[in-house]
Amino acid sequence: MKRRFVLLAISAFGAMMGLAWVPPSLGEPNPQRIVVAGGDLTEIIFALDAGQRVIGVDTTSTWPERTKELPQIGYLRRLSSEGVLSLDPDLLIAADDAGPAIVLQQLRTAGVPIAQAPETERAGDVASKIRFVGEVLGLEEEAAALARQYNKELSAVMAKVATLEQQPRVLFILSIQGNALLVGGEGTSADEMIRLAGGRNVAAAVNGYKPMGREAILDLNPEVVLMMSHAASRLGGAERLLERPDLAPTAAGMNGRIVTMDGMRLLGFGPRTPAAVAELARALHPQAAATAGL
Amino acid sequence: MDTSLQRRLLSRWLLLGSFVVAACLLALAGLALGPVAMAPQRVVSTLLGDGNTVETAIIWAIRLPRLVLACAVGSALAVSGTALQGVLRNPLADPGLIGVTAGASLGAVTVIVLGEKLAEGLPTQFLPWLLPTAAFLGAGSVLAAVSGFSRRHGQTSVATLILVGVAMNAIAVAVIGMLVYVSTDDQLRDLTFWTMGALGGAGWPLVLVATGLTALTLPLLMAQARSLDLFQLGERAAFHTGVGVEAVKRRIMLATAVALGAVTAAAGPIGFIGLVAPHLARLVFGTRHGILLPAAMVLGICLTLVADLTVRLVVPPAEPPLGLATSLIGGPFFLWLLLRRRRDLHGGTGNSRRGGGEGMGRA
Repeated sequence: MKRRFVLLAISAFGAMMGLAWVPPSLGEPNPQRIVVAGGDLTEIIFALDAGQRVIGVDTTSTWPERTKELPQIGYLRRLSSEGVLSLDPDLLIAADDAGPAIVLQQLRTAGVPIAQAPETERAGDVASKIRFVGEVLGLEEEAAALARQYNKELSAVMAKVATLEQQPRVLFILSIQGNALLVGGEGTSADEMIRLAGGRNVAAAVNGYKPMGREAILDLNPEVVLMMSHAASRLGGAERLLERPDLAPTAAGMNGRIVTMDGMRLLGFGPRTPAAVAELARALHPQAAATAGL
Repeated sequence: MDTSLQRRLLSRWLLLGSFVVAACLLALAGLALGPVAMAPQRVVSTLLGDGNTVETAIIWAIRLPRLVLACAVGSALAVSGTALQGVLRNPLADPGLIGVTAGASLGAVTVIVLGEKLAEGLPTQFLPWLLPTAAFLGAGSVLAAVSGFSRRHGQTSVATLILVGVAMNAIAVAVIGMLVYVSTDDQLRDLTFWTMGALGGAGWPLVLVATGLTALTLPLLMAQARSLDLFQLGERAAFHTGVGVEAVKRRIMLATAVALGAVTAAAGPIGFIGLVAPHLARLVFGTRHGILLPAAMVLGICLTLVADLTVRLVVPPAEPPLGLATSLIGGPFFLWLLLRRRRDLHGGTGNSRRGGGEGMGRA
């Protein structure tokens, strides 16, 4: 009995592998029921004015506001295959780090076309991501226009930032782990944004998001603390944070300079990135920004 | 033989039968219910090979492997837990206590963090097996170390074994902490979720290997029922009644290592079931291992299936981690059963296992 079941299962698995091919053209040329796993991709789709085709989003999709009313498929690295299937999508657009792999495989088996976006680690990669979304949605021209506009906006902001002389020392704090601050080191999105906005990341010596001891932070002596707004409010608000013994004696603590920005806007690398860079540059250079035209 | 005793035994087996029926019903529910609504007759015809692509994928590639894995996880955790609690004569013994879970986690986290470096030169078809193999080896080696260190002059001291387990746990957790520190953002998110456990993350090959290994070890553990009963008198007494004390211990440690390693490798560490299913079984069926081991297995399967159905259906289309559900459902249920039991007996069972307080501590 058991053996027969096992054989049955094995043959079913074999059949499944046969079915698990990916259509090279990604299914429908013009998908109308799209599930998105990746907040940046959601933003691009809405910026392409195709938001009405989105029927489900992951938890990182927080902008525009309308996405909050859509069904939530969970965190993009922990998708549930049946959850996605229950929405009956004709396309899943997923960020490069969406997963787990087995779920994507199961979805392909069930006939859901999956388009996985190229990796974006830098603001410069966003244009190619926009073009990718346009291709998948059958909106190549609109996407090309949006990508051009993005590049134009980004280089305009960069040109203005380049005229700024000062480079304030910035510390990005992701959250608090234990009692140590989790800071954004080299290779993080925060590092890239600080650089683009004409700041200097004081934590560039560490790699990735790492907890940092109190003395190390005093030694770095940041002039500005940068945080995601929801993280700051979760930790008791910006003012309270600067009263911490590891921040209070720093230049940022003494001058009360803490900048909070919406997390997805700050770190998402989507169509809003040029505006986010400009906003951050204004916050980092309150005096010089006006003369630079930011 | 006393007829009332016979009646009681009979009623216990009948009760066990009803739990088996419950497990079967839950298994059917596991096939029939999910975020995608499917009519029961469609489920049946899909099982018979008559479904369309989507239905076939849902039943054969998603729900069925999950169901099989849930049964393997539930029975492996529950039977291993019962056997460990029995042989160690400690109501707190669960896979976590003797370091198996920590060992498996260490293996898995090592692959998640250092996998790219480890995988260089390996053939690509082996890559999906890297994590489960490492988890399995991690569990096995920690358990080998624990039983090795706690043996002296050919004798295993139970107290030492538990303390060594605690020490190995601490070491494994520290190494995991080091790996977490050097991990990248993506790896950190992966390993956080891995440590919460999930049934949906394994494909057929892995599910079948885990189930097969569990199926091999279960009869081995069940066969120790009589020895485990005698163990409850104390090791010396068990020895004098003719039990090969050391051999039984070795067999149980080996079998639990294989079963726990296999299911943890496939589903991640799933807490609570290994601790609570044995206690639940003991509350309902008494302390004889002949019925306790199968009862714990059935209860373990029921608990796992209920937890899995819950995470699937509670906030569709999203799915919270299974580990949260096992504790959230199992905990209050266990507490309720314990309190009811206490009231019924007017606190008159001073010598029965007081598993409740400790059980909640682990949850």
